[in-house]
Amino acid sequence: MNGATTLLRRIGARVVEGVWRVGFAARFFMLVLLYSGQSLTRIHLTIREIYFSGVLSLLIIVVSGLFVGMVLGLQGYETLQRYGAAESLGVLVALSLARELGPVVAGLLFASRAGSAVTAEIGLMKTTEQLKAMDMMAVSPIARVVAPRFWGGVISMPLLVAIFSAMGVFGGWLIGVVFIGVDEGAFWSQMQAAVDFRYDIANGMIKSVVFAVAVSLIAVFEGYDCTPTAEGVSRAITRTVVSSALAILALDFVLTSFMFRG
Amino acid sequence: MSRTTLDLWVGVFVVIGFGALLFLALRVGNFAAANFSETYSVRAQFDNIGGLKVRAPVKSAGVVVGRVADIRFDTQSYRAEVTFAMDARYEFPRDTIASILTSGLLGEQYIGLDPGADLDMLGNGDAIQITQSAVVLEKLIGQFMFDRAAEPAN
Amino acid sequence: MGADVDNAFVSLEGVRFSYGDREILKGVDLSVRRGQVVAIMGGSGCGKTTLLRLIGGQLRASSGRIEVAGHDLSRLGRKGLYALRRRMGMLFQFGALFTDMSVFDNVAFPLREHTDLPAETIRDLVLMKLNAVGLRGAERLQPAELSGGMARRVALARAVALDPMLIMYDEPFAGLDPISLGVIGQLIRRLNDALGASSIMVTHDVHESLEIVDYIYFVADGRIVAQGTPDEIRASKDPFVHQFVYAEADGPVPFHYPAAPMGEHLLGRSTA
Repeated sequence: MNGATTLLRRIGARVVEGVWRVGFAARFFMLVLLYSGQSLTRIHLTIREIYFSGVLSLLIIVVSGLFVGMVLGLQGYETLQRYGAAESLGVLVALSLARELGPVVAGLLFASRAGSAVTAEIGLMKTTEQLKAMDMMAVSPIARVVAPRFWGGVISMPLLVAIFSAMGVFGGWLIGVVFIGVDEGAFWSQMQAAVDFRYDIANGMIKSVVFAVAVSLIAVFEGYDCTPTAEGVSRAITRTVVSSALAILALDFVLTSFMFRG
Repeated sequence: MSRTTLDLWVGVFVVIGFGALLFLALRVGNFAAANFSETYSVRAQFDNIGGLKVRAPVKSAGVVVGRVADIRFDTQSYRAEVTFAMDARYEFPRDTIASILTSGLLGEQYIGLDPGADLDMLGNGDAIQITQSAVVLEKLIGQFMFDRAAEPAN
Repeated sequence: MGADVDNAFVSLEGVRFSYGDREILKGVDLSVRRGQVVAIMGGSGCGKTTLLRLIGGQLRASSGRIEVAGHDLSRLGRKGLYALRRRMGMLFQFGALFTDMSVFDNVAFPLREHTDLPAETIRDLVLMKLNAVGLRGAERLQPAELSGGMARRVALARAVALDPMLIMYDEPFAGLDPISLGVIGQLIRRLNDALGASSIMVTHDVHESLEIVDYIYFVADGRIVAQGTPDEIRASKDPFVHQFVYAEADGPVPFHYPAAPMGEHLLGRSTA
């Protein structure tokens, strides 16, 4: 009896805390949007963050995209050639990348490469009282520190997703056409016939924008909300990576079920 | 790092990103081909549309001339009403025949248009009168079996 | 002197503050006049820093009245508070320099954020401020390359960049070697006099503070327990002040955290 009550109480406390955090994050999101004016009027603040989130993630995105595309090329060819449909390799590679793998894998990589860095940076600024100092200088830390990092992420990630998908298609082409010898013309023309810009590519880009907002918000929120100790910062970074991954996968399911029902 | 190098890198990054997007749109997808800037809509009723789906191509002589925009069930005639978004560059006579065809044995279904000889052309909102439904494989096999059974045994 | 409320630049009347159920401040009255350097002293965790945050408007009092430069803080909105903070400077415990900027950019930060001055003028102002703290030669260094004392001097230059009317110091002496400690102490006094500002300093370093301040408040258990000029404090017979000034281990501030008697505790009879 006593054990059951304790268990229930614990579950209740977790749920209440969870709801409270979601509410707090939503309010924080509104604040970030409200204080975004400066990130646009003083564009170099945002450009700096695009450099840190976007440019510095470029290498890992390019390399991963290439490898994912090459694996798709190998595996896809293996299966397709059994049905004599090796020419459809381009379709398989392009559709899987544009619809799912591009946004999801690039999103996960972005969360662990750039999202965690943003959380760490904001968390450390909080721990060393830099955010409070800024606030005391009558400069809003949300406008000066949080919003530019948020927008930097929101702008960088869709571009990284596009680069990832393009590199993936290139990787598939490299394996399929150059190494295995699938007919080049058929590879591209079948791809173009089957991949619709609005339906496949635009929807993939919409996904990437949604993921970008989610990951960037989680990253800045966890940093801003962390317990200002070394341990608190490290926990916040872990939470950023875990929550971002879960958010991406859950949102991907929801978006896919709306976008690709036909 | 100075402001100018930083700006340069970000500029390069943004250009590469948009380049990738352009590559996806033009080389991978069919941005230029599939999005007819101007369309007119034409209706047609079928007894059975088989596995036809929205966005399936409408072809004439093998060339894509439009896409299926909408599929509804008409409660008056108890038939399927399909609306096509036709590329405004191509016009078809009023007595054009629309049939539902399959690319390959198990491939996707599409609409084939066989132009007639009428002097009047189909306009926006017009209906195609003569249609041919999808070939349903089960029916075809059933028909074949029935025919065989009906034949006098030699 | 401290009760001279009419002429006060900062004044607190019956200020109470609590974190949840825990009451930190239980009715504090104090005032700071223009040109004064005032120290707030007390043991760790007695609510000194909370007091500073209340004056800076980072926390709101549960009750009581806080006035800074004639403005009632509880009536100020965010904009009014920010307008007031532009005329305040605060030195944080470990400097709180922006680690992604050089020393120069740190000091230039408030100028760039709040003024439209041309780059040349900002450069001149920053070099003047850095010169005042003796670190003009360190303008290109990154905060990570500075020693604790130097970081705090840079932070001081940043705090006075906009020529504030009120400068607040949170533990300015914590963790400094004796030389740096003396340097910071002298700077606090000199800058205050040069700017004609008022300074509030939260500290537990008695001897250094007694040298430079005009007035001292002692805080214990959320209340002001003693106050006076340095001379009055040195001569004070108050047991609390005596314990504090002469750093005795036990006295009105007990050595032991409240606990059951040792014997009971060891025998496990106490459930606390």
